Amino acid sequence: MNNRLWAFLVPIISVIMALLISSVVILLIGQDPIVAYAALFKGAFGSKLAIASVIIKTTPLILTGLAVGFGFRAGLFNIGAEGQMVMGAMIATAFAINVAWMPAVLAIPLTMVVGMAAGAGYAAIAGVLKAKTGAHEVVTTIMLNWIAEYLSSYVVTVPMGVGFGTPKSPEIANSAKLPPLMTVQATELTSGIIVAVIAAVVIYIVLEKTTKGYELKGTGFNPYAAEYGGIKISQNIVLAMAISGALSGLAGTLEVMGVHHRFLGTLSGGKGFDGISIALIGQNNPIGIIFAALLMGSLRTGSNEMQFVGVPKHIILIVQAIIIFLVAADRIVRTILIRKKRVKAS
Amino acid sequence: MEKAVEMIQIVKQFPGVLANDHVDLIVLKGEIHSVVGENGAGKTTLMNQLYGLLKPDSGEIRIFEQKVSFKGPRDAIAKGIGMVHQHFMLVNNLTVAENVVLGSETTRGIIFDLREAQKRVDQLSRSYGLQVDPTAKIEDLPVGMQQRVEIIKTLYRGAEILILDEPTAVLTPQETEELFSVLKRLKENGKTIIFISHKLNEVMEISDRITVMRQGKVTGVLNKNETDVREIARLMVGREVVFTVQKPPAKSSDVVLRVENLWVKDYRKLDMVKGISFEIRKGEIYGIAGVAGNGQSELVEALTGLRKPEKGRVILCGEDVTGKSVRELREKGMAHIPEDRHKYGLILQYPAYYNMILGRHYVQPFVKGDFLDHRKIQEFTKTIFSQFDVRPNNIKMLGMNFSGGNQQKLVVAREMSAQPKLLVVSQPTRGLDVGATEFIHKALIQLRDTGVAILLVSMELDEIMSLSDRLAVMYSGQIMGEVDPKEVTVEEIGLMMAGHRFEDLRRV
Ligand SMILES: Nc1ncnc2c1ncn2[C@@H]1O[C@H](COP(=O)(O)OP(=O)(O)O)[C@@H](O)[C@H]1O
Ligand SMILES: [Mg+2]
Repeated sequence: MNNRLWAFLVPIISVIMALLISSVVILLIGQDPIVAYAALFKGAFGSKLAIASVIIKTTPLILTGLAVGFGFRAGLFNIGAEGQMVMGAMIATAFAINVAWMPAVLAIPLTMVVGMAAGAGYAAIAGVLKAKTGAHEVVTTIMLNWIAEYLSSYVVTVPMGVGFGTPKSPEIANSAKLPPLMTVQATELTSGIIVAVIAAVVIYIVLEKTTKGYELKGTGFNPYAAEYGGIKISQNIVLAMAISGALSGLAGTLEVMGVHHRFLGTLSGGKGFDGISIALIGQNNPIGIIFAALLMGSLRTGSNEMQFVGVPKHIILIVQAIIIFLVAADRIVRTILIRKKRVKAS
Repeated sequence: MEKAVEMIQIVKQFPGVLANDHVDLIVLKGEIHSVVGENGAGKTTLMNQLYGLLKPDSGEIRIFEQKVSFKGPRDAIAKGIGMVHQHFMLVNNLTVAENVVLGSETTRGIIFDLREAQKRVDQLSRSYGLQVDPTAKIEDLPVGMQQRVEIIKTLYRGAEILILDEPTAVLTPQETEELFSVLKRLKENGKTIIFISHKLNEVMEISDRITVMRQGKVTGVLNKNETDVREIARLMVGREVVFTVQKPPAKSSDVVLRVENLWVKDYRKLDMVKGISFEIRKGEIYGIAGVAGNGQSELVEALTGLRKPEKGRVILCGEDVTGKSVRELREKGMAHIPEDRHKYGLILQYPAYYNMILGRHYVQPFVKGDFLDHRKIQEFTKTIFSQFDVRPNNIKMLGMNFSGGNQQKLVVAREMSAQPKLLVVSQPTRGLDVGATEFIHKALIQLRDTGVAILLVSMELDEIMSLSDRLAVMYSGQIMGEVDPKEVTVEEIGLMMAGHRFEDLRRV
């Protein structure tokens, strides 16, 4: 069977197997898996509101998934999506607070560009360190995550902070807010999803169709051969980190522009790290990543409904963990599939 | 004479390939029996079946005239068969003795007596002249020694029949000689040896009898004393093979590359190239011979932009290009066939047509603006594939799935099709079979005849003597002399490789 088909089949089979295995866990705690999964499904897709929440959750996940996946393709393990997301959101907010005088057609794209540039610049620090000194990006991006974490807590309480209670920045200018696609009850379905999907398509084109993509993937696969072929490794490392960081920065920026309308400090809640799982499930393919993010988004959203029928929502963490395990250990799935085919044949 | 191994009408089918097509192999007790054939002929597959790693689809195997059916290597080992694989299977951070007993330390439960094992290893090592220190760590041993550990491992497990799958592919000529004396020793002690190779000189030196394979079939069984290299090559390749390169003299005129007092350090900051100067002219092959590790790699890296020289000048077509990047050098007409095609020459995960443009992936006709022109790239690759007869003729196959010979053809074809002015070639036929070697030699000569200047670095004396128009020998980072290969003896070259200057040799 060819590789493309595999890349497609493995995640799907993994999801099915993860649900089956988790149903055993649900049985063990004395609940009915069918009831639980029905609730999960209803929670994610049962109403307009549910679908809107799924899409809101999915949007940043697509972007952090892309950030990590793009890094992987260029041979880099960007664990810093979390920090880049925060920096992107913070600096984009600082910009977007002050753009009331601009029309939306200007304010919206400019805010995005500022957020992306912030994420890119922040990630590029790790890129430069790797290119110049060989410092591994896993270590440096983790360090940068902590710097971003504390810096943002400070910024959101002292220089940018307004009001009492939870630290928060002032609202951004109306002209920089993303227009909602639709409003369901009090929930606004952000148009950020469109931006995220466009980003995925752009990344796909860059990777598969352009000379730069050829160089970046080549460097990721075999830096020695890339260098032999006249590709400048250090330039490409910095560039790849910057693009990856720009995607994370955009994730944070869209949260500000479309959902919270202000900066809330460490708003990310682990979405940067979720990017790693999503990139893995999506097999580092931009289009695969859209679906992987959608899967995560719907599991997260649906799990609340599951809680109502008496199944702890943490079950979805088990489902998620098993999916990741199976995708990472895709040989297991392949072997099972091949067995099945053999059994059928004989 | 007693038959140690009989494999009768063995058939083994892989998806798309009939790897063994009714193969018969008979090995007598106490002989060294070679199995030869080009890459992909099915030698390893045949041996894996004898060692129980694969099960034949049909056919019969007898060991010492007794029919067997192995479920796994354990059964084969129990029948006295041992195999040294093409890729060693040793644990790097364990000692020799620990590696040898690994997997067979069951006699005393989990805690076995290591001292006993060391004594036994030492004893085996002595009795066959293997000279292996049982307490040495594997990672500290050179490749040749590691191979001996593999041999000891099989002997420790009581092997009477030893299979060696291309053991010399990873060895230096000296290590090969030493291996051969070990094999002769084993033979004197009554062991039976199956020796896999595609290097015909070696086969003629070591074997008693030879089974030749081509495309999954046996094409001949020969007595060493009744045959010659030419016949074996014909059976292997399926046609006459030309061994001596036909080469009209070089028509040298303009200087393409001039190197002046070049100094290069390696990654440890040690001087590896110490003040080398030479010139290569249009339409000339300039050979650099020498024992590996005397600065050849660093010289090549400095000339191809992979390493910055410390001192000196490199002048390409009249222009100072000292310290220029790979890209700049390539744009000025340099092409490079690297010594390690897996590490440098190919991106194994890329399809062939992507590999075909490496180094020129950003120039016309392969791009439209910043985008790759996939159609043009594929058309170009198709032309090159038929021109260089790359097999299989599938331009979308990943680099890693081609055989070694065809991978090298990919690299050679790519670099030659760049229409270079200077081609730097390092070890172009390492690990290749006769057919592929012959092809690459012819291609180099043809390129030379179109006026390209070629720098050829090779450890294979035969190759460098027959291809070069002029020849320099490198020793310890310096050139020991520049000679016309037709006017010098192999002994003189050998002495230069050992550090004697040519002037000194001729003076006496
Ligand atoms: N496990 C395998 N699956 C599919 N094809 C294989 C496998 N092993 C070997 N082959 C194919 O069988 C043929 C013989 O291979 P091999 O026995 O390794 O040749 P040799 O050792 O003579 O170079 C080749 O065409 C090779 O590609
Ligand atoms: Mg083989």
